[in-house]
Amino acid sequence: MSVSREFLWMLIGTAVVTFIPRTLPLVLISRLKLPGYVMKFLKHVPLAVMTALVAQAVLTEGEAWISPDNLEWAAFIPTLAVALLTRSLLLTVVTGVVCTALLAWLPL
Amino acid sequence: MDRQMAVTLSFRQGVADCVPTLLGYLSIGFAAGVIEATAGMSLLEIGLLSLFLYAGSAQFITAGMVMAGAPVASIVVTVFFVNLRHLLMSAAIAPKFAAYSPLRNLLIGAQLTDETFGVAAGKLTGGERHADRWMFGLNVTAHANWIAANLLGALLGGWIADPERYGLHYALPAMFIGLAAMIVLQRKQYKRDLLVIACAVGGFALAFIWLPGYMAVMAAAVLAAIVGAVTER
Repeated sequence: MSVSREFLWMLIGTAVVTFIPRTLPLVLISRLKLPGYVMKFLKHVPLAVMTALVAQAVLTEGEAWISPDNLEWAAFIPTLAVALLTRSLLLTVVTGVVCTALLAWLPL
Repeated sequence: MDRQMAVTLSFRQGVADCVPTLLGYLSIGFAAGVIEATAGMSLLEIGLLSLFLYAGSAQFITAGMVMAGAPVASIVVTVFFVNLRHLLMSAAIAPKFAAYSPLRNLLIGAQLTDETFGVAAGKLTGGERHADRWMFGLNVTAHANWIAANLLGALLGGWIADPERYGLHYALPAMFIGLAAMIVLQRKQYKRDLLVIACAVGGFALAFIWLPGYMAVMAAAVLAAIVGAVTER
């Protein structure tokens, strides 16, 4: 149970460079009146970020494209279907996990 | 917004809305704890990292770089770039918290993650009362779950072989899929949203040829949001 000096500097450094981008826009933008085109841009950020994160998760593993023998991409289809049909985040997550486990277990 | 129409939120409601995200961060946090322990971090160090850095991919990368003996400065610079996407997310939800004090906004932002952002973007329209309390409920629950998951991974990691077999690593992508679907269904602007989705996927695939994954995510998101904005009259 110890904290090394080097770890402490790393902790402070990484925490600060993460804290600033997290908080700065919230603190500043809530004070300012933004021009219309910035607001339009910001309106599309949530879907854009979520979709890009999905693309990264489905198309890549580590820092490489997903290998063609990895059938995990197929779990995307039932997961999306359940999300659209049920509108339940919990059911979506459960479907994704169960389908991925099945794909890993089935002798395909 | 109409005064009578304003929805009143609460801390407790925020906690409840966090529940669907718990499994995703539990499994990723567990895996992060395993790797952090393997990198030689003590339980106290893992707890501190989860408390103050509090970022999934950044903690994986930190552990990997510590293991490889990288200097502190290069770890800090890498984490800065990996976590720069928070700048976009923080800006995107800022208009919904315009009514609250800078200190409250600072506290809300301090615990912002991909999923608390996704849940907030899908839920808040900007007219709710006590949106700050709701956000604190969401944030505190997600953060506590993350710290617990990291510590559990560090303590129990050696006993669970091959966690890929249980499909738990897919909880996180599944949540992103669900959050994206909720945003589309809620906005009902299917044509423009499909265009944004196409640009985000295409942009990611193109950017990933040259850039590391975390940079490609940011480049794709900026491109897609710009396309969304310019196609709007």
